[in-house]
Amino acid sequence: MAQIAETVISAKGLVKQFGKITAVDGISFKIQKGEIFAFLGPNGAGKSTTIKMLTTMLRPTSGRLRLAGHDVTKEQASARQAFGIVFQDPSLDEELSAYENMELHATLYGIPKAKRAGRVRELMELVELWSRKDSMVKTFSGGMRRRLEIARGLVHEPRILFLDEPTLGLDTQTRNLMWEYVQKLAHEKGMTIFFTTHYLDEAEAVAERIAIIDHGKIVASGTTAELCRQTKTKTLEASYLKLTGPTTRDEADSGDNSGLNFKTALRNSRLR
Amino acid sequence: MDILYALWLRQIRRYFRNGSRLLGTLGQPLLLLLALGYGVGSIYKQAGAGDYLQFLVPGIITQTVLLSGVFWGVIVLMDKRFGFLSELLVAPVPRARILLGSALGGATISIMQGLIVFAIAFLLGFRPYDWLLVVPALGILIVVCLALACLGAGIASSVDDFQGFQGINNLLILPLFFLSSALYPLNDVPAALRIISTLNPVSYMVDALRFLLSNQTHFGLEKDLVVIAVTLLASVAFAVNRFNRIQM
Repeated sequence: MAQIAETVISAKGLVKQFGKITAVDGISFKIQKGEIFAFLGPNGAGKSTTIKMLTTMLRPTSGRLRLAGHDVTKEQASARQAFGIVFQDPSLDEELSAYENMELHATLYGIPKAKRAGRVRELMELVELWSRKDSMVKTFSGGMRRRLEIARGLVHEPRILFLDEPTLGLDTQTRNLMWEYVQKLAHEKGMTIFFTTHYLDEAEAVAERIAIIDHGKIVASGTTAELCRQTKTKTLEASYLKLTGPTTRDEADSGDNSGLNFKTALRNSRLR
Repeated sequence: MDILYALWLRQIRRYFRNGSRLLGTLGQPLLLLLALGYGVGSIYKQAGAGDYLQFLVPGIITQTVLLSGVFWGVIVLMDKRFGFLSELLVAPVPRARILLGSALGGATISIMQGLIVFAIAFLLGFRPYDWLLVVPALGILIVVCLALACLGAGIASSVDDFQGFQGINNLLILPLFFLSSALYPLNDVPAALRIISTLNPVSYMVDALRFLLSNQTHFGLEKDLVVIAVTLLASVAFAVNRFNRIQM
């Protein structure tokens, strides 16, 4: 696309410490409008912590973070208005219907009442859930829930969409459909996509740029081709393994969350 | 306003879709009304203390909203455990407003429960002293319910699992109820019990309702109102503080 690059997400010297543990250790990156950016790394590398800081759920220990021109810590409300997110863990109200979940989201994001119904319908049709709009979410399959979460994240027309391991547990059909749609959002609407995944083929196929984080630091970034060149390997997987090593990592949180959650770990260790 | 309404509506919708929750919180007050109202009532009358049902019902209504209000708070814990809280916390809405909208829903649920117990008590023979005073009694009930919902939400925000919540509740709800003026007049109880009951804000909630519904009071309505107002402010402050500290 021949347009002037506009930085939509920027992080500068981002640090997050939990007590003595440094989960994110001074990372910086810039992501342009309409770019699809993949954030890769082993469990516990600092991915989730970074996403939590980007999405205002955690306050950085130091560093600067801007979303669509808004300082994430100082202009929290405008920053929040600028992004949609699909969380790693389920985040729907199961005892509400699909429609009610969407409607509540639209209200929380200040969409005028007159526009709500149309907007919700449009998105629910898009993810092919309109026929199930009055069903309780608890009757939905994992794939349907994911689709609904994606639709929900788009209700307020965000400029940025965060997807934290969005395809975990989805079948191939749903995954393909989802990525197809996400690419359309980026290319046609100029939405910026920031996602994490453990499936490297997915990152290779979809992401225009990739950053690999390990031990809280970005160890490499660039296109797949650039990463391969840097590491003198042939595939993304090979270069990923070369950068992050072949050993598995201990997760501090052995509970239901995949991905390291330092806070929970700390809390648990304090309780015991 | 829109946002508060949406959050309120969410609570109400969930309440009406879950019949077991309704029955669960109504079972205990019903049992108490029947067992104590009839069982203890005759002895109470023989002792020359008057009609026990008239004395008891304001206490049981308070117990109902105490149980239902604090237990409503478990929704904060459920939202935390089952992920919906993430959705709420990244929304461009101040946390205090999210809490307030939800707590208003929780309070509304408690008020409905209280009114159901009132209706059942009426069928069992309870008669308000003056129907006009039922209106201010309802006003007090609303304030009490909001305070208790905030208390429940504050507790739920502070704990991480259901066992913890359960434990705190048992340590809190039962003493708050039994060591209050809900079941017995405070005039003739041992000094230790009287002191504890006098320090227990639930006693004042019961006392205010009892004054308006049955024309009996221990502390006097002015004192009751002051304690209830202070309790409301303290529980709102507690809930906002704890809710603000939640990290996902």
